[in-house]
Amino acid sequence: MSRLTPENVEVAKEIIARYPRPKSALIPLLHLAQEQDGYVADDAMEHLAELVGITPAEVLGTCSFYEMFKREPVGKYMINVCTNISCQLLGGEELLHHAEKTLGIRPGGTTDDGLFTLEDVECIAACTEAPCLQVNYRYKYKLDNADFDAMIEDLRTTNKDNIPPHGTLAEQRQHIPADKLAGIGSPEDTTTPEWFSKRLPVEEPKEENA
Amino acid sequence: MPTNTYVDHAPGYVDNEGPKIVTSRFGYEDSYTLERSLATGGYEGLRTALTKAPADVAAEVKDAVLLGRGGAGFPAGIKWGFMPPVWPRYLVVNGDESEPGTYKDRLLMERDPHQLIEGCIIACYALGLNTCFLYVRGEMADAQERIGTALNEAYEAGLVGKNIMGTDVSIDVVLHWGAGAYIVGEETALIESLEGNRGMPRLKPPFFPAAKGLYHKPTIVNNVETLANLPWILSNGAQAYKEHGSEASPGTRMLAISGHVNRPGVYEVPQGVVSFRELFYGDNYCQGIKDGNELKAFIPGGASAPWFFDDQLDVLLEAKDAGAAGSMLGSGAVVVMDETTDAVKACLRVVRFFARESCGKCTPCREGTSWEEKVLQRILDGYGREEDIDLLLDIGKNISPGEYPVAAFGKANLEAVPFPPKQTTICPLGPSSVAPITSAIRRFRHEFEAKIAAGPQNDGHSQAPEASTV
Ligand SMILES: Cc1cc2nc3c(=O)[nH]c(=O)nc-3n(C[C@H](O)[C@H](O)[C@H](O)COP(=O)(O)O)c2cc1C
Ligand code: SF4
Ligand code: FES
Repeated sequence: MSRLTPENVEVAKEIIARYPRPKSALIPLLHLAQEQDGYVADDAMEHLAELVGITPAEVLGTCSFYEMFKREPVGKYMINVCTNISCQLLGGEELLHHAEKTLGIRPGGTTDDGLFTLEDVECIAACTEAPCLQVNYRYKYKLDNADFDAMIEDLRTTNKDNIPPHGTLAEQRQHIPADKLAGIGSPEDTTTPEWFSKRLPVEEPKEENA
Repeated sequence: MPTNTYVDHAPGYVDNEGPKIVTSRFGYEDSYTLERSLATGGYEGLRTALTKAPADVAAEVKDAVLLGRGGAGFPAGIKWGFMPPVWPRYLVVNGDESEPGTYKDRLLMERDPHQLIEGCIIACYALGLNTCFLYVRGEMADAQERIGTALNEAYEAGLVGKNIMGTDVSIDVVLHWGAGAYIVGEETALIESLEGNRGMPRLKPPFFPAAKGLYHKPTIVNNVETLANLPWILSNGAQAYKEHGSEASPGTRMLAISGHVNRPGVYEVPQGVVSFRELFYGDNYCQGIKDGNELKAFIPGGASAPWFFDDQLDVLLEAKDAGAAGSMLGSGAVVVMDETTDAVKACLRVVRFFARESCGKCTPCREGTSWEEKVLQRILDGYGREEDIDLLLDIGKNISPGEYPVAAFGKANLEAVPFPPKQTTICPLGPSSVAPITSAIRRFRHEFEAKIAAGPQNDGHSQAPEASTV
């Protein structure tokens, strides 16, 4: 689909400014593109390459390494069921099989109505609450089959928890006001921060106070 | 303030008897707000630090023997000392928590982000650097939400950024987030990822981060929990810290105990004084194995750790003891398997994880892990061959030559081989895949043999493996 919208270009610029080198912003920027379109479009990758000053191939190289970036449209809700060891011990695989039956798709697949994509994922750091899953990276804990079906029904109808569509992670972004910024350390700046030099241990008897 | 209903308290924390060094605010509904933090001693450790010289803060941390909580257990104070006197230098916080079974950094980030931010600033101050990147795992949207909000509050209040607490000290903390790759938790891969690249580890040497890290500049990588200890240490002093835990391992650790126990959960446990037996059966902890079953095996420190068995129940929760017994406490992830567990199935699941997460940079790991997975899958499905068990051990030897660390146990007349293992790979991910294999085969070889002898069971998901050249 598309390049970044003018509003998102502004967001992108603010993100890039937080890093000593623009390329460091690439992963957050790919998330921004995914938030805009629900997936990372080719045009968006080209646009990011321009913003960061690298080639589109480099953007693709990074993008393709990370599991969260989808380069084709996926469902509005990504259902990630954990089947790793702690969850497996308490029924994670059975939950995944139930999800397959309920949704009529295999892991990696998307329902015909475009609402759900199912994935069989690795540990999501909720191991004591097994079996568990994430909907667009928001957690659901200790689910049985009935809980799963109720969750799907809710997502189809009211979405009572207001889970945003696939692509949106934190809705609250970091924002550093210009007058509060210490000044992101550039790799080329070899000076020791003044506040640190001033506080170095004094070897001679003290002449001036720190 | 996040108002989304899905950002609710991450569950699992058990508020039991014992010292609370990093979880002291976990009982409050609003523990993540600046208001609550300030009302309960938040940023006081930083205030104390700022009255001292940076070198004295570093000395205090060194004196506290703060062992790293990310996996390797290396003392933070000593690691900090490896930095050459060169600028610029950076601090990178490892919040990529994705070792299977591990669940504690996310709790610390979601429930008490200000404690972590305070820890970051204290570390930056001690190290004399002004830029810190806080790398949060991509899948943790709630943690990103909480930390982003907390950082905005802290910048507004002058606790981070320019002229911290009205002094001349200025330090930025930047929230960064990943996009799904376990290997990025490895510190050099984390740095590659933060440079915007594919998250593949670098070779050490020369790329020891303390000397050549982010942008090839001196960089300290510390785990979230490690840094979360700093406010307490600065507020109360190294001496008070050492009153908790044992001499070799002061303080506490957050441990996630999952699997077949009656009260799974995340506990803050004093290091080196509690045994696994007490952890599993004690009233203050997990209160016994599920359904009164027998314990079969347990993973003491995340999927990368060789398994322990009932013979190791009296090992104390301390890095040095666990290491000598043939495994590690790693990331504080204890996974308990009772007698109903299928050893082959559990082994396959852990190996499959490493096969999926191998970054592909070195051959023994890239080829070896998926080969192991394939062989284990056919054994589980009943299509295994008699020679497969030795084949698995042999593949392991190519990834990790020599004796692989294994827990000592009388029943098989085995001596403990201490952790860590040798490796033919760039990073320890490949050798980690050998842990479940060696553990399960040494102790439960008969289960592998039985599956091979029985053949396909038609249990609904068995299917003939594709023709293989093995
Ligand atoms: C494959 C692999 C994955 C790792 N994952 C993590 C992780 O998710 N979080 C973490 O803090 N450390 C992880 N580590 C350990 C880091 O490389 C590093 O040692 C640690 O972050 C240092 O922090 P500490 O000294 O405070 O413990 C991992 C190591 C390896 C080899
Ligand atoms: S051991 Fe595996 S994960 Fe580590 S660098 Fe080599 S291929 Fe990558
Ligand atoms: S194993 Fe499922 S969340 Fe950790």
